[in-house]
Amino acid sequence: MSQYRLEIRVKPRPGLLDPQGKAIHHSLNSLGWSGVADVRVGKAIYIDLEADSPEAARAAAEEMCRKLLANPVTEDYEVALEQEAAAS
Amino acid sequence: MKVAVITFPGSNCDHDLYKAAQQVGGDASFVWHRERGLDGFDVVLLPGGFSYGDYLRPGAIARMSPIMEDVTAFANSGGPVLGICNGFQILCEAGLLPGALVRNSVLKFRSHDVRLRVERADTLFTSAYQAGQIIRVPIAHGDGNYEADEETLKALEAEGRVVFRYVDRNGEAVESANPNGSWHNIAGIVNEAGNVLGMMPHPERAMEDILGSTDGVGVFTSMMNSLSTAAA
Repeated sequence: MSQYRLEIRVKPRPGLLDPQGKAIHHSLNSLGWSGVADVRVGKAIYIDLEADSPEAARAAAEEMCRKLLANPVTEDYEVALEQEAAAS
Repeated sequence: MKVAVITFPGSNCDHDLYKAAQQVGGDASFVWHRERGLDGFDVVLLPGGFSYGDYLRPGAIARMSPIMEDVTAFANSGGPVLGICNGFQILCEAGLLPGALVRNSVLKFRSHDVRLRVERADTLFTSAYQAGQIIRVPIAHGDGNYEADEETLKALEAEGRVVFRYVDRNGEAVESANPNGSWHNIAGIVNEAGNVLGMMPHPERAMEDILGSTDGVGVFTSMMNSLSTAAA
């Protein structure tokens, strides 16, 4: 068993109105960043997990996303294996 | 009518629901979310509030509560289930109703009375109303914007599963009457079988004149009547 750190990024699905992103977009524009074309707000979830292999860690994270961390109606997710802690 | 009012950590409309059920002659009990079993109950009510502080997504954690397995079984066996506000969000997260409730398009928490058009008077929950009737009940939510994929939305309309819609004083579902950006001004929907209703507005807060409206009473008398008809 090794210790893995996973970063799970949950984002609003394309096409879904993201009022939070819109408000931030307006603020950035008014601060002078006129080139900002779009802003979407998602969230990142960091999970420390013990697993047999990087593949197993990733598979577990995918299942967590499907069952709890993301809502398939409104959100997409990405799983990134951030680091593998030094094997003890 | 034996009524279960499920209480989650963070529910805050459970006492209103309890009282609403009693007002129409129901025999109400609180059921804590960690309890198991709904045997003997005729109706299950999921209250509004902020279960688990709306962490992750509204309703996402509550739907993992032990009692939700029993609520799902109860609903699947045809038992009437009504979820209001956070209860609606929990029903969507649990997959008992399609779609999801996301942040209000205005980014504001909306707390005021709205007008609803009762789209159908032939459901377990609306038989005390007339189809097309306009009722006035309060809303109080930050995440009431109903969203679903296009296929689901089409099916909801085609199958007449939109039960309540936000409307203006003329009964028109115009954009200015939509408090949260919900698709087609949807305020409440039923599942395919018609025994599970989710709605964002609070009929349980419109039960007495002193509360400003009694238009919510019909939801509870409808359930009462449908059950006594079924029993007769």
